[in-house]
This record gives sequence, C-alpha cells and structure tokens, in this order.
Amino acid sequence: MAAHGIPANIPQPPPELERIPLVANLRSFGWISNQVAALCEDRAPFWWWVLFVPSFMALCLLGAMLSYQISTGVGVWGNMHPVMWAWDIVNFVWWIGIGHAGTLISAILFLLRQRWRTAVNRAAEAMTIFAVMCAGIYPALHVGRMWYDWWLFPIPNSNSIWPQFRSPLMWDVFAVSTYFTVSVLFWYMGLIPDLAVMRDRAKTKLRQFLYGLGALGWTGSNRHWSNYEKAYLILAGLSTPLVLSVHSIVSLDFAVSQLPGWHTTIFPPYFVAGAVFSGFGMVLTLLIPLRKIFKLEDIITMRHIDVMCKVTLATGSIVGYAYAMEFFIAWYSGNPNEQFHFMNRALGPYQWAWIMMVSCNVLVPQLFWFKKVRHNLVIVFILSILVNVGMWFERFVIIVLSLHREFIPANWGYYRPTWVDICTYIGTFGLFFTCFLLFLRFLPMIAISEVKGVTAQSDPHHPLGGATVEEKIPDDEE
Amino acid sequence: MADTTLTKSYGMIAEFRTAAAVLHAAQKVRDAGFRKWDVFTPFPVHGMDRAMGLRNSKVGWFAFLGGVTGYATGMIMIWWMNALDYPIVVGGKPMFSPHAAFPPSYELTILFGAFGSLFGMLFLNRLPRLHHPLLKNKRFSLVTHDRFFVVIECDDPKYSEFETRKLLEEAGSPHIEIVEE
Repeated sequence: MAAHGIPANIPQPPPELERIPLVANLRSFGWISNQVAALCEDRAPFWWWVLFVPSFMALCLLGAMLSYQISTGVGVWGNMHPVMWAWDIVNFVWWIGIGHAGTLISAILFLLRQRWRTAVNRAAEAMTIFAVMCAGIYPALHVGRMWYDWWLFPIPNSNSIWPQFRSPLMWDVFAVSTYFTVSVLFWYMGLIPDLAVMRDRAKTKLRQFLYGLGALGWTGSNRHWSNYEKAYLILAGLSTPLVLSVHSIVSLDFAVSQLPGWHTTIFPPYFVAGAVFSGFGMVLTLLIPLRKIFKLEDIITMRHIDVMCKVTLATGSIVGYAYAMEFFIAWYSGNPNEQFHFMNRALGPYQWAWIMMVSCNVLVPQLFWFKKVRHNLVIVFILSILVNVGMWFERFVIIVLSLHREFIPANWGYYRPTWVDICTYIGTFGLFFTCFLLFLRFLPMIAISEVKGVTAQSDPHHPLGGATVEEKIPDDEE
Repeated sequence: MADTTLTKSYGMIAEFRTAAAVLHAAQKVRDAGFRKWDVFTPFPVHGMDRAMGLRNSKVGWFAFLGGVTGYATGMIMIWWMNALDYPIVVGGKPMFSPHAAFPPSYELTILFGAFGSLFGMLFLNRLPRLHHPLLKNKRFSLVTHDRFFVVIECDDPKYSEFETRKLLEEAGSPHIEIVEE
C-alpha cells in the first residue's frame, strides 16, 4: 500500500525549519575515514611535540611529588588540623567531576537520541577515563600509608577484618572503580569498529597487527552490528544511572557527616549538575582548539559548540540555584551553626574563594544566553576555562571552608597549600595531557563509524543514501 | 605446495555503493531463502535487521544475568562480611541493613551488567576472531571505508555459482567475486 511506502522525495521544509546537517558540506564516508584516521597516521606534527614535552615533564613532576609524599608522609601537604581534607579531596572531586561530561555525552545523550553526540563522544570518553585516573590518585594517597590501600577492597587480609560497608567512603570505592571500569568498557566497545577501520587502512605490518588485535576480528557484519548496537544501547542504559550515582555517592562522603556546609540533602543533585557543568567546560576547552588544528570543522560544527554551550548554561544555572538554595536553607533552618557557616563563606577570611566561585560558576555561564557569545570561539574557549576555575573553587569552598571554622573556635584555623600540593596538582595535568595527547596520536579521536551513520547518505530512505522515487523501499511491516 | 592444492571457496561477495542498494539486495537475498549469508557495512544501516530478517538480539539476557549476579553478589557479600563473618558494631547501627548495602550493590549491578553486555556481545558474535576468509580479500577491506557487501557462503544449501551470481547481479551489484577459504 502506498501509505506504507516511504516516499523518497521528502518535501522540503521551509528554510527556518530546515535541520542543519550534522556533517557539514555533504562529506562522503571515505572523507570521514581519511580525515579522522590521518590524524594518527601522519607524522606527529610540531605542535604535538610542543604540547607533549611539557606534559610529559609535568607527569615526571607528578612521579617525583608522589614519591616524596609516599616516602615522607602526608605531612608534606598543607593538610593540618582543623583542615584535614584539602587540596587532595578538592582535586579528587574536581577531576572526577570533569569526567562526568564524557559519560553524559556518551550515555545520556545516546539514550535521548541526540545524534550530534557522535562527533564528540570519543574524545569526551577519553577525557573521562584520563580524568578519573587523575582523580583516583588522590584518595589512594591521602590515606597516608598507601601500601594499605588494598584494605579498601573486600580482599581477605591477615587481620581477617572486612571493609566497613556502612561508610560512604566504601561506597565511593565501589562507585569510582565501577565508573572507571565501565567507562573503559564503553569506550573500548565504541572503538572496536574504528580499530577495524585503522586495521584495514594500515600501511605497515605492525600497525595492522596491533590495530587488528584491538579490533578483535571485526568485519562489519550486520549480524554483528545487530548485537553490537543492542549491547551499546544497554551499556548506555547502564552508564546513565552509573554516572548519576557516582557523583551522588561522592557527595555523600560529605553529606553523611554532621558538619555545617556538608550536612545537606541538596548535595547529590547539586554535585551531579556541577560535575556535568565542569565536564562540558573541559570538553569545550579540549575540542575548540582540536577542531581547528585537525581541520574537523565539518564534523564538530558550530552547531555542536552551540549545543554544548547551552548545556553548560543549563547546568551552570542549576549550580547557581543550588548555591542560592544552600543560603536559603541555612537561614530557614534556624540553626545558628549553619547560619554562621554560610555567613562565613561569603564574608569570612576565604571570601576571595567564594567570590571566585560565584563569579565563575553563576555569572560567567550566563553569557551563553547570547548567540553572539556562543558563536565566538575565542570567548567560548576562555569561558570554558573559567568554568573549570570556578568549579575548582567550588570544591575548595565546600571542603576547606566548611572545615576551617567548625563548631567551636578551638577548631578554627587557616589552610594554606604547600609547594608539594601545588606541584602534585600540576603533575596531574601532566598525566591527563600526556594520556590525551597519546590518545590523539594512536586512536581515532572521532567515532568514525558512528559519524558515518549520522550522515544523510547513510540513510537508505534518503535520496543521498541511494533511495529513488521509483524504488520506494517498502518497510516490510507484515 | 599451495598452488597445487585446490583451495575451497568461502563464498560470493557482491559489492554495493549505497545504503539503499544494499538494503534492497538484502531483502532480495532474504526472500530467496538463503540461510548462510550476511551483509557487511561500514556502519549499522537503519532497517537492515528487518531487511535481513534478523530477530531481536539476545545481548539483553546476558546483561540482565550480569546485573542480577552483581546485585546478589553485593548484598550477600556485605551481609556475610559485616554481619556474619566478622560483625563490628558501628554507631549502634544494625549489623546488616539493605539500605547501607544498597550503594555498593547498585554499583556491582552496573559493573556486572556492563561486563555481561560487552562479553555477551562478543560471545554472540563469536569474537575475538583473528582470522576470517573475508579479511584476506583486498576489495573487502573497503567495507570499513565506504563500501557495502552482501556475502553468500558456499555452504548455503541454496548456493549455486550461476544462480546466486545472477541474483546478486539483478540486485544491482557492480562487482561480484568469489572469495577463497
């Protein structure tokens, strides 16, 4: 019946309703493969070395700082009574929050059928994995005697004591390690068809062998694609509650305690929104220069940047709302400790940190309301960095400011980081960028097969996909 | 040595240039009643599962099994460790409470479910497979680039060199060849 036939001559929508294609300039499948794969086939460009050498040096600095800290003790950090959690946990939460945008893009936007995600998900997932690696360093080391870290896992030890599962810190161990593992699985699964692309274009035996090993013998069989797509959907469905739970559980590390500034029910959603906010900041910081350098403007289009700015605006506004709500509840609760704490945040000795937090997280993203701002890449790039500066200060405010003036003035103090704190933090950037730059050199940074799948010519019912008016492919719904 | 022994054919591969063409061809091959055949594409083509007559993938069962195992593992492990094997009273809380045990069990549900879906997918696809007759074919390597292929195996009971070639030609394939085992 004609009603079941899908007409190939789709009536053209009016220009204002026309969808902007996800891949600009009607690029062919081959162009996508060539353009993306070339990034890891050509010789390393000069700028790559310019970035890699300092990153690697910073990574060495991290090694030196951690060795110094392990051999001497946590006293080399500035953590001191009453501020026993400081840069270590600030940086842990900051890094793990950055990771969240990667999973949001790869999982939640997949479930929401936001097809633009395909252009950015590979790089964002890589960012997630490396950020979680940086994050994981801190809790492992701040315990002091890090050679006992394995006590965190349910492994029998000589004392026959098991981990204490009523503590949110234990939940955190499970949340973060699951998050890391599932992120790697998801990332790797997305890579399988693209590793096959790399294998089939390999010019040397070694590359063919190594990419072939990773591709697991992928042939592009549709029977395989059928299982693959289902598995990908399920992984996306599993990662969605996972990513929401990870930062919720991180926030419970604080919220379960009795400390004013920490003991609040708003923490889980507030932390998740903040995490997505900072993660999109990082995605923008990474991708704006990369699309320019790698000439990927047809794949990561202005529309992609525009949408990501809007997500940043939305999550930034949620964060701003949470800040306001914290103050309101402090007043409304009638609890003098709570009220003192929040006055102390805004007017106390750390006022500078609070002002940095509010200006970068609440005021700065509001500029994304303007299309002119969203389409000016230089401004977006600067704002995306400010977002992460602001989010770092948010964690500083939550952790250090809540601890530095506890209930009684005997527990008051002023925290200052040491040079080891600062160098360790710089070192984690070294780890992150070393890994990220190696990823850019050796793995396709764009999901090649996924991007092919969102072009118009991939659609068998679209004229560009080969559908003709006479053929009218029936949709077989017998 | 090798040139004297008769090499067995693996199957007939037919190349297509557009998604619509290969979808069309798949419907023809399906309707002709072939069993051992497959379509190879650089990306999943929308509607191809139906065009090939494939049923819903079974990966979900593996993920479900993984998830159930994960949740049960978490709950049983925590109960056994904290309430049975070495009970410690912490803050007067009950030795075991499903609420406190929920977050780690929830994470294990997801962890095992994720393993279930990835390894379930690999198992159903019989991967990893480091050798495949098609991977030796030069032309076939374009399948990850921009070409689409329909492959009918010689083991299929309906396979005949002449009839099958004719079918694929009628389906509009510009290039057909036989791939050796």
